[in-house]
Amino acid sequence: MEPTSEQLMWMYETMILIREYEETMANTYLEGKLPPNIQKGLAFDIGSGPVPGEMHLAAGQEPVAVGVCAHLRKEDTVVGTHRPHHFAIAKGVPLDRMTAEMFGKATGLGRGKGGHMHLFDPEHKFSCSGIVGASLPPACGAALAAKKMGKDWVAVAFFGEGAANQGTFHESLNLAALWGLPAIFVCEDNKYAISVEKTESTAIRSDADRAAAYGIPGIAVPRNDAIEVYEAAGEAIARARKGGGPTLIEVKTDRYMGHFQGDAEGYRPKGEVNELRKDDPIPALGKHLRGRGLLDDAKDAALREKVHARVLQVYEFARNSPYPEPRDALAHVFA
Amino acid sequence: MATARKLTMAQAVSEAIGQEMERDPKVFVMGEDIGRYGGIFGATGGLLQRFGKERIMDTPISESAFIGAATGAAAEGMRPIAELMFVDFFGVCMDQIYNHLAKNTYMSGGAVRLPVVLMTAIGGGYNDAAQHSQCLYGLFAHIPGLKVVAPSNAYDAKGLMIQAIRDDNPVMYFFHKGIMGLPWMAHFEGSTNEVPEEAYTLPFGQARAAREGKDVTIVTLSQMVHKAVLAAGVLEKDGISAEVIDLRTLVPLDIDAVVRSVKKTGRLLIADEDYLNFGLTGEIAALIAERLDTVALRSPVRRLGVPGVPIPYSRPLEQFAIPQVNGVADACRELMRGKVSRAA
Repeated sequence: MEPTSEQLMWMYETMILIREYEETMANTYLEGKLPPNIQKGLAFDIGSGPVPGEMHLAAGQEPVAVGVCAHLRKEDTVVGTHRPHHFAIAKGVPLDRMTAEMFGKATGLGRGKGGHMHLFDPEHKFSCSGIVGASLPPACGAALAAKKMGKDWVAVAFFGEGAANQGTFHESLNLAALWGLPAIFVCEDNKYAISVEKTESTAIRSDADRAAAYGIPGIAVPRNDAIEVYEAAGEAIARARKGGGPTLIEVKTDRYMGHFQGDAEGYRPKGEVNELRKDDPIPALGKHLRGRGLLDDAKDAALREKVHARVLQVYEFARNSPYPEPRDALAHVFA
Repeated sequence: MATARKLTMAQAVSEAIGQEMERDPKVFVMGEDIGRYGGIFGATGGLLQRFGKERIMDTPISESAFIGAATGAAAEGMRPIAELMFVDFFGVCMDQIYNHLAKNTYMSGGAVRLPVVLMTAIGGGYNDAAQHSQCLYGLFAHIPGLKVVAPSNAYDAKGLMIQAIRDDNPVMYFFHKGIMGLPWMAHFEGSTNEVPEEAYTLPFGQARAAREGKDVTIVTLSQMVHKAVLAAGVLEKDGISAEVIDLRTLVPLDIDAVVRSVKKTGRLLIADEDYLNFGLTGEIAALIAERLDTVALRSPVRRLGVPGVPIPYSRPLEQFAIPQVNGVADACRELMRGKVSRAA
């Protein structure tokens, strides 16, 4: 299954948007957190600045989001992780409200209550969680609901290779297999669970092999490539829509930034990220598009200009939005 | 006389663990990112280099397995320390903790001993939102069979950790992220203090007065101790003398220290960063209510805690939800204005 020209261009533009968004967030995040206007003696103050708290950015992991989401409709469900921005962007979550949420503003997706790891957009069937492995059971649930309602919708759970060692992974795969659920389980293997490498956490080499233990297909995508992800996801999603049950996909992807922003990454070999960036999936796709006559310098520049303007606009929206009233903290415990 | 060196709470915890590991080969540590990383919150800083991978063991993200393994290893005579990275993650492994680690000694009529220390990071105030900011020691204190320890400063942290490791029972050890003295998170400076170089223990069930006073008693623990002390400083200017009791441990609980203080002041504020409802503040208030035949209150008990909401992300919301220094001071002022009705 090959992507159409429209899908290729969408994937390319969306990856550029994600990358610029994450790089902008990396800079914005640092505002207010560095000396001199923080507690004396600190190198960094995580709770200061306009975007306080933890921040987990997905630069490098764009292909996983776009390759899967290229096939998804608005009614299909995506459940993401603590590193959710690329999934949210690719799923079509409104970027202005998502950004406002990360700035803690009343105009945010969660009225400022959730923050960056807890982005909810029911309209686009998007949610995410800060708990490792928590994405799989809800995806099973969305798939179950779709099946009960007689719809051909699918649900995608994204998670990392670290989460593949958590109980919910195993329970969810078995449950989805047993009940023939239209669920797609997508493992982003970026090699690191914070500082712990996959070879130090996982008894086997490929998580795709685990699918066999649950009697479902497992597809290993060995390169951080949008088209390869697209092909694997296309097969899995088509199968699920036709009632063929779940699939496990494992993608070897690259985490360009720290586990969280501020992570000194002392555990990472010097120069590793620079090496990884040589295989940056965005210029790689750009090269493919040029080869197919779908992209040239002018078109690329126009596209990037458009993305840049959009990113500026949503950050502006977030900055200019009001904070919630303190007492708003008491609302929405129950519906 | 040598000047004692000051340690951050994180350094005190890792020093305690290191000294016990040297003394007793049966002590070892399991947890996520505790090796090369030294623990996300520094609790095992420097230990991998000293003791190696066999005793400082990075685990997969498999809390049920490795925390359950701590129980199993302890039953075989080892003395494991397991780190649950954030207390908020207890959900993924609670069965192994509350149904097994907590209960096996009892269910076996005392035949099984489980010398496990389960240490974990707690606390908010730096905008980490609902799933990474909780305290939850009240929840664990509610389960019979678990000792619950929550130090407020480095000196206490070292003594209590060594005590925990030497205890033959399961000890939950809660370190608040906002007082670990991390170079990347604002912290209350009183938490970094002088720590003796030699190993020492602090008994469980022994509270300390962080500040003496005569008008109102503030009972609390962990990071809230520092907020209470700051509030007391503010109240002093208003001529109100506040006593701050740092409980240090919830199980066992030094209720006598609370009673002694309340007998002196007649006014009680329990300030907690955990959820207000069905937790520590209610427990202390009930224990005092049960002693009203010998304790005279001049004002109804006041409680501060997170008011029945998940911890919100946005700064104004989080600061509203988590009790702050001015909230503690205001509550004390209300206590000074309060009065109790006469008995029927």
